Amino acid sequence: MTAKHTPVTGESQSASPLAILETPVSLTALEKCLLNEYQRGFPLCTSPFALIAEQQGVTEKDVISTLDSLQQRGLVSRVGPVFAPLCAGASTLAALSVPDDELERVADCVSRYEEVNHNYEREHAFNLWFVVTAPDQAHVQRVLQAIEAETGLPVLNLPLERSFYIDLGFPLWC
Amino acid sequence: MTGYPRALNETQQTSPSLDATDRRIIVATQAGLPLVAEPYAALARQLGLEADEVLQRVAAMQENGMIRRIAAVPNHYALGYTINGMSVWNITDDHISELGRQVGALDCVSHCYHRPRHLPLWPYNLFAMVHGRSRQDAEEKVSGIEVLLGEYCRGHEVLYSKRILKKTGLRIQG
Repeated sequence: MTAKHTPVTGESQSASPLAILETPVSLTALEKCLLNEYQRGFPLCTSPFALIAEQQGVTEKDVISTLDSLQQRGLVSRVGPVFAPLCAGASTLAALSVPDDELERVADCVSRYEEVNHNYEREHAFNLWFVVTAPDQAHVQRVLQAIEAETGLPVLNLPLERSFYIDLGFPLWC
Repeated sequence: MTGYPRALNETQQTSPSLDATDRRIIVATQAGLPLVAEPYAALARQLGLEADEVLQRVAAMQENGMIRRIAAVPNHYALGYTINGMSVWNITDDHISELGRQVGALDCVSHCYHRPRHLPLWPYNLFAMVHGRSRQDAEEKVSGIEVLLGEYCRGHEVLYSKRILKKTGLRIQG
């Protein structure tokens, strides 16, 4: 982490990121195992926690209380299905090159669109990157045009051509 | 096209048979399953369905790709993976399919997409998201991608995130 890196804030960050950064996360072996091994293949059956307990040689109660604790501490966002990024509709990745002194205004303007589900500030001449998702392509185009009109800035529109995204999660501890 | 993971074309994808009950299940699970011994039965009671029907429908949605995986979803940021770098690469067109597949399969890459160039402003056509516990950690991962791409890469940049301004995971509003 460099000094330039501004703390990340966002509505999805349930725990306080700064508190976590200042206090390295300490995890038990069972916590690490549940975090690492169940990024896919969480059992789809009547009693999934009992099955995990059997796989790991602990009790069902241990599994539930550990996952609950990880969730309470914001280390697990949720336990459940991960849906394909778009069950229906259209989307695109778009970017704006925003002068520094206008960044807050433009970022707020972009984030206000309910069709914008991700909006990141990045270190680049194109410093604002966002994803627009809508029921159809025409709707996506209308949002991009509205953002151009409202901000007075041209949008770099980078729709997906192909995904090489397998989405299996990634190893947290090797 | 063989041996290629399920492609999700953002502009053309349509929903495989998603009915009203499936949508209710998605709405009820996208924020996570209840952490109780029989979570799918609890969900079924909440939705006025039989537990078996919920299990079958979730299995069918996994089969048709609407559900990618079922997981205890880690909050990477809270676990110390605070560095998010969007690496962007200018790959010769003839090689992007094969190289995209290889980059997407790397453990250190969480998302990998082919997107259009916008010359002269934007020469990059391959996007690979890397995560790290530090800038150096992320840079090492980017170096690994650079080695893999070799002579087929004409240039690259890494756009590190400075701030998450908006991030919503919900796909379908209830």
